[in-house]
Amino acid sequence: MITLENVGLRYGNAPEVLSDVNLRIEKSSFQYLTGPSGAGKTSLLRLLFMSLRPTRGVVSLFGRATGDLAPKEVAALRRRVGVVFQDFRLLDHLTTYENVALPLRVQGRAESSYRADVIELLRWVGLGNRMHVLPPVLSGGEKQRAAIARAVIGQPELLLADEPTGNVDPQLGRRLLRLLIELNKLGTSIIIATHDVMLMEQFDARRLVLHDGHLQVFERGGA
Amino acid sequence: MNEVTAERPEAEEDHPKANAIVPPRSVAGTALTLVVAIMSFLACLSAGAVSLVSDAADAWGAQIAREVTIEIASIDPDVDDRILRAAAIARAAPGIGSVTVMSSEDAGELLAPWLGRQADLSDLPIPRLIRVAIADPAQVDLAALSQKLEAEIPGAILDDHRVWTDRLVAMARTTVALGLGILVLVLMATILSVVFATRAAMAGNRDVVHVLDVIGAGDSFIAGEFQRHFLLLGLRGGAIGGLAAMLLFLLFGLFVSVGAGTPEADQILALVGAPEVGLSGYLAALGIVLLIAVLTAATSRMTVRRYLALAAES
Repeated sequence: MITLENVGLRYGNAPEVLSDVNLRIEKSSFQYLTGPSGAGKTSLLRLLFMSLRPTRGVVSLFGRATGDLAPKEVAALRRRVGVVFQDFRLLDHLTTYENVALPLRVQGRAESSYRADVIELLRWVGLGNRMHVLPPVLSGGEKQRAAIARAVIGQPELLLADEPTGNVDPQLGRRLLRLLIELNKLGTSIIIATHDVMLMEQFDARRLVLHDGHLQVFERGGA
Repeated sequence: MNEVTAERPEAEEDHPKANAIVPPRSVAGTALTLVVAIMSFLACLSAGAVSLVSDAADAWGAQIAREVTIEIASIDPDVDDRILRAAAIARAAPGIGSVTVMSSEDAGELLAPWLGRQADLSDLPIPRLIRVAIADPAQVDLAALSQKLEAEIPGAILDDHRVWTDRLVAMARTTVALGLGILVLVLMATILSVVFATRAAMAGNRDVVHVLDVIGAGDSFIAGEFQRHFLLLGLRGGAIGGLAAMLLFLLFGLFVSVGAGTPEADQILALVGAPEVGLSGYLAALGIVLLIAVLTAATSRMTVRRYLALAAES
């Protein structure tokens, strides 16, 4: 579904932050992306949601090379990818409900067609009573849940999550992980960038380990 | 009981009206509205002035075109005979209304503002004049009349005031061109103001744009969100400026009609004839208001799209 072939990435004239990355993400797969800070995890995620273009090599999403896509095609591909940012990126002037519904709203769907789904999801992530408040009054954990809800509301084929459990207590972290596992069972491929060893131990999955820009893949079960 | 409450369709069922994705207050508001209002006012004013001058020039032209003059050199002794013959030829021509032979004294009266009433004009070779009023311009063939006069009466010249009319037309055209030039400059200044304001709004909403971009909103959707704000802003600013200009047109007309007889009003009457901005002026002002609103919206849309294209390339 997603392939990276000999991908290299550098910012300006600096040394490569990613070197010779080869990777294949299968449909309905689940993987952690891990490695020390500055190893290139966020850069790799940005390549995957087409916020960056590789300096060399080819990144293909859903069978399309991302190098020379027209803006419309990029937008269409991005609708198939959900992203959870480390810093949430909620829009402060929209309510929690509106933030979560945003991906559906930009698709031009009528609110009546998605209202029930958004409310159900907000209840599921424990934000049922916070749906009409603005993000500045939400706690860190609530923002995190809202950000995850926004990423999954459109049932994306690929979900990229940057430290999705970084701001929540272990109990809620487990609940969010369960949400992502459920989503995975429905067919969404999941990539979770994380430092959280406890999280990775809770659910064994393929591990993509970045070190100094080089990627090593450890299949499920320590293979 | 709690469960019952949780199951109930709660406040979300009467969900409040959705907020705009781009917060309205983050788009440069009052200052830009004022700039657009001023630009619209100036544009409407120049359109009104163009309409006023153009109508006045038409009126002058029409008045002059309804009268021609036959000039006959007065040095020959039989000038009186030739005047009578010329007047007869003029009367016989089709479409001519009245023919008035002006005496030497009448010619002296015409020259009095320049030469004074005491001047002895008898020694000066002042041509004798015949005023010919045209009843029906469509029937009159001035070229034929001129040829006939020149052929039958030596020294007779038909002056159709073409030199004067041509000058008027040239002046009117210059004024119209000047007004249109000002209009173009004002519109360009409006466009540039909107470009800067849009860029500022985009920079102020970088987070919003980024999130919309990542969730696959597409350039067209994002541009549309900004365009909506700028269209409203352009309509509001344009309407304020346009209404102010129309009010000024009305006051101007009122001042001239109420103050008729005073030296100031007479001066304006002498300058522009009809003192009121015509319907064309008001229609032009309305058109300018709409044009400014559309330009504001289109400019912001193009600026957003260019911004997004550049962001995608970087």
